[in-house]
Amino acid sequence: MNFSLNDEQTALKDTLAKFIERDYSFDQRWKITESDVGWSREHWNKLAEIGAMALPVAENDGGLGGSGVDTMVVMEQLGRGLVVEPYIGCVILPVALLTQGASDIERAGLLERIGSGESMVAFAHTDAGSRYEREQLKTRATFANGAYSITGKKIAVLGGDCAELLLVSAKVGQDAAASLFLVQTSASGVTRFPYPMQDAQRGADISFVNAPAVLLGERASAQAAIDYALDAACAALSAEAIGVMSELQKITVEYLKTRKQFGRAIGMNQALQHRAVDMLMHLEMSRSMAMEAAVAMSAPDAKARAKSVSAAKVLIGQACRFVGQQAVQLHGGIGVTHELNVSHYFKRLTMIGASFGDCDWHLARYGESLLAA
Amino acid sequence: MDLRYNDEQRAFAQEVREFTRANLDPSVAKKVLEGARLSREDYLAWHRALYKKGWVGVGWPTAFGGTGWNSTQQHIFDEVTADEGAPQLMPFGLRMVAPVIMAFGNKTQQDHYLPKILSGEHWWCQGYSEPGSGSDLASLKTKAERSKDADGAHYIVNGQKTWTTLGQHADWIFCLVRTSTDGRQQEGISFLLIDMKSPGVTVRPIIMLDQEHEVNEVWFDNVRVPAENLIGEENKGWTYAKFLLSHERTGIAGVGRCKRIVKRLHHVAKQATANGQPLIEDVRFRDRLAQAEIELRALEITLLRVLDAEREKRAPGPEASLLKIKGSEIQQTLTELTMMAAGPAALPYVREGEHEAQDVAWLSDEAYRYATGTYFNFRKTTIYGGSNEIQRNIVTQLVLGL
Ligand SMILES: Cc1cc2nc3c(=O)[nH]c(=O)nc-3n(C[C@H](O)[C@H](O)[C@H](O)COP(=O)(O)OP(=O)(O)OC[C@H]3O[C@@H](n4cnc5c(N)ncnc54)[C@H](O)[C@@H]3O)c2cc1C
Repeated sequence: MNFSLNDEQTALKDTLAKFIERDYSFDQRWKITESDVGWSREHWNKLAEIGAMALPVAENDGGLGGSGVDTMVVMEQLGRGLVVEPYIGCVILPVALLTQGASDIERAGLLERIGSGESMVAFAHTDAGSRYEREQLKTRATFANGAYSITGKKIAVLGGDCAELLLVSAKVGQDAAASLFLVQTSASGVTRFPYPMQDAQRGADISFVNAPAVLLGERASAQAAIDYALDAACAALSAEAIGVMSELQKITVEYLKTRKQFGRAIGMNQALQHRAVDMLMHLEMSRSMAMEAAVAMSAPDAKARAKSVSAAKVLIGQACRFVGQQAVQLHGGIGVTHELNVSHYFKRLTMIGASFGDCDWHLARYGESLLAA
Repeated sequence: MDLRYNDEQRAFAQEVREFTRANLDPSVAKKVLEGARLSREDYLAWHRALYKKGWVGVGWPTAFGGTGWNSTQQHIFDEVTADEGAPQLMPFGLRMVAPVIMAFGNKTQQDHYLPKILSGEHWWCQGYSEPGSGSDLASLKTKAERSKDADGAHYIVNGQKTWTTLGQHADWIFCLVRTSTDGRQQEGISFLLIDMKSPGVTVRPIIMLDQEHEVNEVWFDNVRVPAENLIGEENKGWTYAKFLLSHERTGIAGVGRCKRIVKRLHHVAKQATANGQPLIEDVRFRDRLAQAEIELRALEITLLRVLDAEREKRAPGPEASLLKIKGSEIQQTLTELTMMAAGPAALPYVREGEHEAQDVAWLSDEAYRYATGTYFNFRKTTIYGGSNEIQRNIVTQLVLGL
């Protein structure tokens, strides 16, 4: 067993940490989130230069062939900086989907362009009104005159505001299982409603009305790729949460030492000291589970992977909630202001908890694995 | 012992409901039920409707134009109007400064201010907290110096208040100010009423985490306040402030509001689907909802017990602080559950009116439009009105004697 990063991973971590320090201070982030598009091409390109986009792309596909642990290293740093560029939406998800769900020919070139930061591809999966449902899709594809077209409504598409291509999950006719399609966002029948998310990342609701689509991989055989990609997103979110929580923990402990009431630091009160200890405990337990999920992404067995990832998402979801809420509480009034960074960390943690399955959803999924065993 | 309403009380509830349905603007009710923001006029329209009916002075004695209702009637009124989607009556005038004026103000002050609070002519805000004085309120520094000139005795006020809720709408602010630095901190504080239009008063918005303008900084730069705006005696303000805080605590439990949220959650949980079934069929979610309802019922009965004890002039006992703690926690649980029900539809942030303005089909469920913002916003409930940590300290010291 080995819990340390290798030299390359340590170097990657240091590079990203420097990027956050130099290019992603809270003020710089503020400028980005307040801009019209709400994210920064310049910062996106910098991440690409560092190699973050090519990292999860396999070497065969022109990438760096990084592992789940490499992704964990990246995500933790992005979390520390509350980076709003759609790394999960336009790198983790499409890379995982294309790698698992498209043939060599179909993905040739595309993965390379994602890896260089040139192309932005998003995953339109969540059907309106279907919560965290992974399999029972409402979006339908039809085949006529030698071509597919798609009709349906997808919500909360990460990076759906800026992507030029969409990977869309849909069922063809009465198929039992999902298929995966490629759709141009500029195509006829595609309408986007872009918006900021609650945590200042951007996304979109997208409606498809007979939108022309290209089938990727085999018809009705995309579920495994979809599951893999959503698990990859969950593992990435878990690692990101570690970055967010560790910053928030640090900021809060510092505040306990400096804010004075009743003539002494508020951190002198045992009630608050114990709260801070519990925050730390949540953080450390989460860190362990983020490792579990990262390693599991390389596991050959899909069931084992699912179990580990869901376990991580449950425990980390609970931690996100506790650490976020308590950081706000321990700051008092200033904690609920837009001006201070604390509320922004809190909001990101809240959104991590609500993304790609909340605690209850993953607890149920984990529980089902016990039934099957 | 009987924990149910009797016939008379049920008839009263029916009367309140009918009045509310006939007089509450449905567009305002819709906003309240959805958790949308209300304008100053939204609050005031409902306030004036109640004023006309003689129902605005809930909890006030009849001598001052109040309803004279007993505690159960007050609770029924709160519950039914909340259920119908009525805006909360702003507490700052009606429930905070008015009881202080009644108890400690002079006749001239009572005759001047109380009718204007009832009619809605004066919107009040609360000027207690300062940047350096939150939990430790007695350390407040905003200074009021007494002097006299040809125009009479007055105070010159300098300093800053903060977290002033809806101060941007207010005509008047009641302030705790420092009039002496001798002796114990608590002994140099006075209770002063200040016209927000006075020269030297500046209100600056503080944007909250839900990106809404709900609180403010209020700055005082050599503000001249007539000496007759002092309540009671100089340097006795702390006593009045404490009296007020105990009034704030029972009102802050928010039982009516919680019951409304629960009802809406039932509705939402039946509409939303999880794994192809209504969310209410999901046993995990349903258990959470059931648990919250059970706690809310316990809170409601406890609230009625406390109100009853107050009526009979028995000391309120430990329940008052416990009400604030539990009430705020339940409010947070319920707003969190609403956000959970939304699932991924909780993610988008849409400013009010934006999707109507955009003329684009809004796909993420409309029912959840304000769910996440409300969850964020309600983190305040365990911080304001004396944080829950401070409430626990109070119970520790005054009740448990530890
Ligand atoms: C939305 C909102 C609206 C408000 N509206 C008004 C208003 O209209 N008028 C007004 O005057 N004020 C208002 N307040 C202010 C509110 O009363 C204060 O925020 C509150 O008293 C806490 O003070 P603080 O924010 O300075 O936090 P601090 O006092 O600095 O507290 C920070 C943290 O330390 C904890 N703490 C402090 N001392 C102790 C202790 N001895 N033991 C254990 N824990 C402790 C607190 O519980 C909190 O968790 C409002 C606040 C909010 C958030």
